[in-house]
Amino acid sequence: MNETLISIMKGRQRRKRRFVIITSVLTLISIILCGTMLMLGNTIYPVEDVIRVLLGEQVQGASFAVGTIRLPRMLAGTFAGFAFGIGGYIFQTMLRNPLANPNVIGITAGSSAAAVFCIIVLQASNTVVSIASIIGGLATVLIIYALSRSASFSIGRLILIGIGIQAMLNAFISYLMLIGNTHDIPSAMRWLSGSLNGAKMETIYPLMMIVIVFTPVLLFFGKHLEMLELGEQTSTSLGVDTNKTRIILMICSVLIIALATATTGPIAFVAFLAGPIAKKLVGVGFSNILPAGLIGVILVLAADLIGQFAFTARYPVGVITGIIGAPYLIYLLIRINRKGDI
Amino acid sequence: MKPTHTLQAEHITSGYEQKTILENVSIAIPSNKISIIIGANGCGKSTLLKTMARLIKPTGGHVMLDGKSIHQMPPKQLARVLGLLPQSPTVPEGITVADLVGRGRFPHQTLFKGWSKQDYEAVAEALEMMNITEFAERNIDELSGGQRQRVWIAMALAQQTDILFLDEPTTFLDITYQVEILDLLTELNKKYGTTIVMVLHDINLSARYADYLFALKNGRLLAEGSPREIVTSELIKETFDLDSMVIEDPVSKTPLIVPVGRYHAV
Repeated sequence: MNETLISIMKGRQRRKRRFVIITSVLTLISIILCGTMLMLGNTIYPVEDVIRVLLGEQVQGASFAVGTIRLPRMLAGTFAGFAFGIGGYIFQTMLRNPLANPNVIGITAGSSAAAVFCIIVLQASNTVVSIASIIGGLATVLIIYALSRSASFSIGRLILIGIGIQAMLNAFISYLMLIGNTHDIPSAMRWLSGSLNGAKMETIYPLMMIVIVFTPVLLFFGKHLEMLELGEQTSTSLGVDTNKTRIILMICSVLIIALATATTGPIAFVAFLAGPIAKKLVGVGFSNILPAGLIGVILVLAADLIGQFAFTARYPVGVITGIIGAPYLIYLLIRINRKGDI
Repeated sequence: MKPTHTLQAEHITSGYEQKTILENVSIAIPSNKISIIIGANGCGKSTLLKTMARLIKPTGGHVMLDGKSIHQMPPKQLARVLGLLPQSPTVPEGITVADLVGRGRFPHQTLFKGWSKQDYEAVAEALEMMNITEFAERNIDELSGGQRQRVWIAMALAQQTDILFLDEPTTFLDITYQVEILDLLTELNKKYGTTIVMVLHDINLSARYADYLFALKNGRLLAEGSPREIVTSELIKETFDLDSMVIEDPVSKTPLIVPVGRYHAV
């Protein structure tokens, strides 16, 4: 074996090792945060009590607080964080632009607008609101895709049209909030900034199902996703069916994001931050879908813990992630502006 | 040596959106040779290349590879025979040279398997051939234009196709690198018999390096043949609307075009 061959193998092994180590560490942090979510609250329960509750034992006090309140909250945060993380990463990678994520291009605004409309105008039930938000998100994607599609596909056009649609939807939401009854406003507010408050097991099952079903599909297409990064022409000539790949990835990631939004509301900036952080940590070379999902989990759970316990007042998770994410958006816009490409 | 293939464009009409650029062009690519497509800006050289490499679907006619329409072949299967290096490929941020070259192995890999021994060998061979082994673990962003171009060609080499298309592989490079790249492609052709089809701007380098030339004008084929047969001052006048003298290149004995211009008389 010659030297070149050995150095290539070593380089690849090094990157693989890094990928495995970082993914493991992220998994560990996620598990610790999940545990902390179950332990902390008005009463702090020790690990043994939490484990006993999870194993189905009846523990005085802990069973209700942990099993009925904290567990759904933790699961909602975990699955929504994971969904936002991988969905955002896939969008950013597929469209080769850090701005191209579900928040910025208006998918989440579509979900929120549909939900707020159902709450305020139709006075609909929770189930109807969730379904409407999913349909709203999907419809927004279709509209953006249709408007930005001419004979060729342009990412810049898709982002700009998305931003325009988002502005329209936000104006619509503001209008609904103004005409709405005061007692509907609190439940509508959840759709403006995400929150894990009031998460119940029955409302998070659909999200859990779809994440469990779609994550393997998305991981399966991870290699194709990496190829799309090379651009339309290169990936086509390397044998990637770019349209098919894009449609599959888009449908899967939009569905999980729409369901996550329907469950917790749009937790600001998680979809936007997870991908770049994962990429920074792991580097390029292996698909970062899984690390991005784990970063999503960590961001949501950590932000929720901060929102609940770090201040005298309790803040919903979306407020905290918004405070973390907004400066990054500004930084990114400045950098992109300097580079001169959108 | 690479196997012989027949690759033909049959009456293709092609272009972008509503604009038709190529009209009813039929060409047959000589197998195991270097063919170069020449013509003025906007004559459809690039469109022809892209249509023949399946990047653009023709609105009329077919591109046939060994008797089958390339637009009906499974993408990966086609990508094992025919590769194209676009004019300005997109570089993923932060990728290393070895990793980028490794992506050329995609059509040979199955989804679940990692890299095979052949994958590693193909990448090593491509890096060696392009003289970029020392950069293997470097980040692409750190390389110069000429080095970068060699990396892209290495990626196309790792794909190990029998037919390789290149869209202006020497644009933006200094003359030294232009000659270097064309020499490397010639070596590839001589050593493995790879069929090479490219678009080049420089007519003199085209005449020197091509076994076969296709001259295009306004989306139609004007002339084809070996440089010695077809390159005349009449052809240059017709293709580029340029007055010139054609002499023999003292080094390669191929036609050499000397432009006249307004301020110099023959």
